[in-house]
Parts: sequence; structure tokens; C-alpha cells
Amino acid sequence: MSDSDASSPSAAPARNYLNFATTAKSWLLTLDHKRIGLLYLISIAFFFLVGGFGASLVRLELLTPDGNLLSAESYNKMFTMHGVIMIFFFLIPAGPGVLGNFVLPLMIGAKDVAFPRLNLASWYVYMTGASFGVAALILGGVDTGWTFYTPYSSTYANSQVILTGLGAFIAGFASILTGLNFIVTIHKLRAPGLSWFRMPLFVWAMYATSIVVMLGTPVIAITLVLILLERGLGLAIFDPALGGDPVLFQHLFWFYSHPAVYIMILPGFGIISELISCFSRKRIFGYGFVAFSSMAIALIGFFVWGHHMFVSSQSVYAGLIFSFLSFLIAVPTAVKIFNWTATLYKGAIVFRTPMIYALGFLGLFLIGGLTGLFLSSMGLDVHLHDTYFVVAHFHYVMVGGMVMAFLGGLHFWWPKMTGRMYFQGWAIVTAIVIFVGFNLTFFPQFLLGYLGMPRRYHVYPSEFQILHVLSSAGASILGGGFLMLYIYLPLSLFIGRKAPRNPWPATGLEWEVAESPPSPHNFETTPVVTEEAYNYAHKDHAFFEQDIVDILPEEDENV
Amino acid sequence: MTNEFRLMPPVASDFAARVDVFYWFMVLMSVFWVVAIGAVVAYFAIRYRRRYRTQRPDEIHGSNRLEAAWTVVPFVLAMMMFFWAAHLFFDYAQAPADAMEILVTGKQWMWRLQHPDGTREINTLHIPVGQPVKLTMTSEDVIHSFYIPAFRVKADVLPGRYTRTWFTPTKTGSFHLFCAEYCGTEHSRMGGFVHVLTPREYDEWLQTASTAGGGAAVARLSPADAGERLFTRLGCVTCHGGAAGALGPSLVGLFGRERELADGTMILADEDYIRQSILYPQRHIAKGYQPVMPSFEGQVNETQLMQLVAYIKSIGSQKIGMD
Repeated sequence: MSDSDASSPSAAPARNYLNFATTAKSWLLTLDHKRIGLLYLISIAFFFLVGGFGASLVRLELLTPDGNLLSAESYNKMFTMHGVIMIFFFLIPAGPGVLGNFVLPLMIGAKDVAFPRLNLASWYVYMTGASFGVAALILGGVDTGWTFYTPYSSTYANSQVILTGLGAFIAGFASILTGLNFIVTIHKLRAPGLSWFRMPLFVWAMYATSIVVMLGTPVIAITLVLILLERGLGLAIFDPALGGDPVLFQHLFWFYSHPAVYIMILPGFGIISELISCFSRKRIFGYGFVAFSSMAIALIGFFVWGHHMFVSSQSVYAGLIFSFLSFLIAVPTAVKIFNWTATLYKGAIVFRTPMIYALGFLGLFLIGGLTGLFLSSMGLDVHLHDTYFVVAHFHYVMVGGMVMAFLGGLHFWWPKMTGRMYFQGWAIVTAIVIFVGFNLTFFPQFLLGYLGMPRRYHVYPSEFQILHVLSSAGASILGGGFLMLYIYLPLSLFIGRKAPRNPWPATGLEWEVAESPPSPHNFETTPVVTEEAYNYAHKDHAFFEQDIVDILPEEDENV
Repeated sequence: MTNEFRLMPPVASDFAARVDVFYWFMVLMSVFWVVAIGAVVAYFAIRYRRRYRTQRPDEIHGSNRLEAAWTVVPFVLAMMMFFWAAHLFFDYAQAPADAMEILVTGKQWMWRLQHPDGTREINTLHIPVGQPVKLTMTSEDVIHSFYIPAFRVKADVLPGRYTRTWFTPTKTGSFHLFCAEYCGTEHSRMGGFVHVLTPREYDEWLQTASTAGGGAAVARLSPADAGERLFTRLGCVTCHGGAAGALGPSLVGLFGRERELADGTMILADEDYIRQSILYPQRHIAKGYQPVMPSFEGQVNETQLMQLVAYIKSIGSQKIGMD
């Protein structure tokens, strides 16, 4: 690809996907995967705020052992709203909907996804589902917990279960459409020369995610419909008073919801591989192992759901198998961590915001993964199940893992998405504030959990208060860190420096060929791939946008 | 119960002591990996930071040997943890035969407990130290979970069936009793204390508890005796009294044995089987009998069901007389 004339300072801004049409209609009816990615970004950013608001009230209430801010009923609705919104309307769409939509076609040299209309439909379906969720909130909220356990949800709960269930049900179809789109796109639209083993690892991760989405989501859809049927029509499925089986619900629910954890985290794995490779200036260590470990996790992830049910009266022999498989899935996860670590070895590591997030991810996800082993341990889970230990564990995976990876990816691709650089100083400070606040919030919860503090408790014995106060203090720091993102990222759209095509400089078609921001059809001509992914050894390393290490000598003075 | 700040819960059962050993192993193992990987990452990050602008890193693609090593080592470690934890769990799965049985009914938002001599309490449990205690539990509404952190013991309590757990308290004192499965508005208030007493204190407590409760005669009726009265009052005895040619089978010697059903399958006559046969008699028809028993659903509550089960259990160990 020859350099465009964009480098000449006097030229008018090049036609790109953001400025070629600016009407509301051009956004709302867009078929452009990049614009749809941004629509998703705005939507999930909104829901992250709403879900975060719920978490803030929960943490405020837990400052004292007595319930003195919220009634028990409102408290239960707050943690339910936090969980439902963060999982169904933020975490699940964050990886595929935002970064997947924006980056994946660019990465594989395609003009768009395979089915652009389905892609737009997916956003509308998601927004419809989310609207049901919001309507449920406005009409009084729901108090079942995001897990909707029966028969509480199907018979006893006196809140908006049907609306919320419908919301999650509908939003599931948005995931399915995106997953379907990505699988076909990856199979059919790769640029000439881009063989499977030349694909960036983010694409592998999205492929694994999409498979889990396609196979798992229909099951939660059916399960939610069964709840609605029992609740609405009195059909006997889960409520034993009607002749149903309440544990059947847990099997069906976790058959989706455990793989859903991998729907949330696998895109994060893909992002981390991109970041660590780019900022170490090295090809990822053990490319094939990292790619296949994603596939192994996606596959084994379907057979571990019973580890949520060791004390639910499940057969001890079934529990044994689920425990075994849960330990087994730790192996491909460990393989990833080792490979990321080894990628740093003899690199030329550059500390930019995305890399700060990636290193933070390594530490937090490591803790999240190791504490998962505690919970896979049958004898120990008897004590830890349904305590704050579980809450701490999955926040380390979901927030410490996925949110850190997502923010790393967002900063990494921000120049490509918006054509503007964010502010390096602000961004690094924010990343550190989030890291510190996160640990202060959730580490005390491991201790609370082992002490026996059950989750979803509105009031609690006073001996737990010190740890709860620490956690709430951490949450205010964490919340402050997240709010900083909402200030400086939008601000950078207006006063951020213009981004060059490849500010890092990174490998990959989205950086080396597409402009920042890309043209409406991504590439002027179809790119041809002639090398493997992460071929950093043969790239120019000299130029780094925003090089805070400009003081670095051009050559090694010691040589 | 003191309100002092602590980092570890009290160790008040033999199972708790064993769980803690495994927990500390897991903690040390985790600390090892976090420190080891953290140290390597930190070392690499400093040692291999970019020092000059045109620095070229080494070209390394991977190493099959290393991949094998860091696949096998975590696998072996994971299997070790798996077996250890499964062993703990299986040891604890079966209550010892001499365990004292406490009947537990969960209900939004309280625990009802009944001692072998019929003494009842709500949201508190008094037990003697050193005595294995097994709980037979059911719920009248939604799913609850009976959780005593000091014993490291928890089991879900389900509507429509019996679940069990057990423990041997090793330390006197008062320990938290929680509901661990979210069960609605007052979930966090569904609990109280387990008071572990010396055997003498326990006997004294039983005396005062039964006289203080008023209506002493009823309260003192053991679950099996109460069940026997129900057995007569509800008319069960008419068909299941063991008379020759009766419409239903005698229940003497039934409990804990395999019995043959009309379709030829065998079924174990346990608590759940008896409960189901009272509520849904058409589900399992004993071989040689007609499906004529009416359902008692709605006529007996969960406490009475447990008493009937206790009575049928008590005659289950008797020798079969006439046949």
C-alpha cells in the first residue's frame, strides 16, 4: 500500500467512515460494522453507568451492618439490577459487540462482516432487550438475583421477573446474530493469504467466543421461556408444588451461564494477546498453543456447569466429574498465562496505557483463576459456595480480567476508531487508580467469604464490618477511576491530537493498511497478506506516537 | 459471640479443621504462583524495557519443551487438588450411623428445628459437643441453604424433597447459622445461632426448653411418636396396619430396603420415597397392590410429613412379623 496524501498538512481531512455522512439516519441505519461497533460502545457505556450506580448503592448500604440506607426489598433489587445489567447488557456485548464488530473485519482484510444487515439488526435486537430491562427497572425492578433461581423466580417473587426475563431472552438473540456473523465472516471473508494460522489471536478468540454463543445462548433462551411459562401460565416445570423440579432450572441455567463466563472473558484473552505482543515488540510466544487453548476452553467450558451445584443436592458422582473438568480447564488457562509471560522475555517493552492494562490484567486474572480452583474443590466449595469468596472470585475474572482487557483494547484501538489520540497522562493515572481501587474493593471480599459472610445479604453481623468498609472505600476509588474514563475519552474526540495510521506501531491489517479512522469500506483495494501475524522482528520499531521516552537515544549508547 | 475483628472463622467441627488444612495449602499454592509469575513479569518488564528507539527484540517463536512443561505441571498440580478435595467431600458425604437426627424445615424466612425427643426451636440450634449430628431438611417454599461457617458445612434445602448434611461439633460456644441461598426479601435475616453445649448442659437445656414451651406433652412427643399418632388419626393404619387382605402393604420392616414395584422395577424405600408415596401415591405402586390410595397432599404439612416418615423409619428396623 502506498502512503495516501493524508500526510500532507494542507489537505482536507480524508473521507472516512465518520465524516462521509453525518446525519442521524446515516448512523441509525448504517450497515457499516465500524459504526455499529460505535453504537454498541455508546450503549454499553450507558449500561455500565447504570449497573455501576446499582453497585454504588449496594456498597454504600454495606458500610454498616444494619440496613439503614435501603429497605431489604430495594437492596435486593439493587444487586439484581447490578448483576442483570452488567452481565446481559454490558459484559456479554462488550467483547463481540464493540471491539469485535469494529476490529474483526479490519483485522482479516474484509470490507465488512458477512451479513451487514443482520449486524445492524443485532444492535436493534440488543436495544430492544435492554429496553425491556430498563422498563422492568422503571416499573418497580426485579429481586431474584441475576441467576433467577426457581421456584423463587417462577412462583414466589413479587417483582418484574417476566419483563426482565424477556429482556435477557431478547438480548440473547443479538449475541446469536453477532456470533453467526463472525463465524461466517472468519470462514469466508479472510483476505488472500490470510490463512487460519496467520490470523491475529483476537480473531481466534472471537471465533471461539462465537461458537460458545451459538451453542449456549439458545439454552438460556429456552430456560427463560420456561420460567415465563411457569410464572405466566402456571405450567409445571420447576416448582415442586406443581410437580416440577427446581434443580432442573439450575442445570439449564448454568449450562448456558457457565459458558457465558467464557463468552465474556475469551474476547479479553484475544485482546491481551494483541497488546502484549505489540508492546513487547515481539511475536506472541507459542502462537498455536494460545490459539488452541482458546478452543479448548470453549469446548471444556460446556461441561463444567455442575460446579455451581456441589451443595444443591446434585449426585456426588456427578459432582466428581464436574470438579475434575473444572480443574482440567485450568490447564489451557495456565498455558495462556505462561505464554503471555514468556512473550515479554527479551522483548523491547514499551509502557503505554494498553500495556499497563495488560499487565494489570495478568495479575488480576491470575488471582481470579487461582481462586476459581478453590471453588472447583468439592470439599472446600461446601464452605465457600454462595459466600463473598465467590463474589470476589468472579469480579477478579470479570472486572479484573475482562474489564481491564476491554479498557486496554479500547485505548489500543481508540486512535483507529476515532482518529484521535487520548491523553497519555490521564489514561495512565486512570489505569492505576482503577487497579488500586479494584484490589481494595475485592480483595477484602475473599477474606469475608472465608469468614462465612454469605452473598446477597442486606444486613450482616457486625464483626464483618471492617472488611466491608475497606471494600466500600475501594469501590469509591474504583468508581472514580471509571468516571475519569467518561471524561477524558469523550474529550479526546474534540481536543485529542490527530492519530496517525499506526501510532504504536503495530502489526495487522487494521494498523498497517487501514487509515485512522478507516475509510467507509476499510480498504481501497483488497489487501494481500504475505506474512504471519505479529511479525514484529521485521518491522520498524523506531516511531511511537506520544513517545514519552523521546529522551531515549536513537541507538544503544552502550554498544 | 464476640464482635472482634478476625481473619479466620472459628474452627468448631472436625470437618472444619480438615477443610482449613486444605484451604491453607491452596492459599500457599496461590501465593506461590502469584509471587512467582508476578516476579518474572516484573523482572522481564524492567530488564527488557525498551532502552533506545531502534532496539530490536530477539525473534523467538516458542518452545515445545516449555509448552509441555507448563501444560504438565499445572495438570499434575490440578489433579492433586482435585483428589484431595474430592476425598474431603466423600468422607463427609455420609453421616455416621450413631448420628443424632435433627429435622429441619426452612420457610421464608425462618428455620424450624426439631430434636429427637420432640423439642422444637426456631432459628437456634442447641447441640451437645462431640456428638455427630445429622440434619434431614426440607423447605416449605423456595430453596434455602443451611450454613454454619464455623463447621464449614452447608447444604441446600429444597422444597419437595429431603436433603441431608451432618457434622460433629468439637468446640462449645455460639456460632452463626445463616441461610446461604438467596430466598427473597428477608434472606439476610434468616438465621441465628448454633449453641454447642456440653452434654450435661444439653440435657439441662432440653429439660428447661420443654417445660418453658408450655403444652409440654405435645412438645415432648418425639417425631416418631407424633408420627404414630398421625398414622392413626389420618387413617393410614386402616390399610397399612398389616392386617391380612388389607388394601395396602404393611410398612413394618420397609424402611431402607429395596422394594419391588408393580412394573417390576426395584426402588429403595428411603425418606424421599415415603414422602412421595404419601403425597403422590400413584407414582410408585407396590407390586401386588391396586392404585387406590388417595393423595394426602394439602392435608399434611412438611413437619407432619417428617413425623410420618420418622414413624415409618422407626418401624422399619423391626423384623417383619407374620409373613
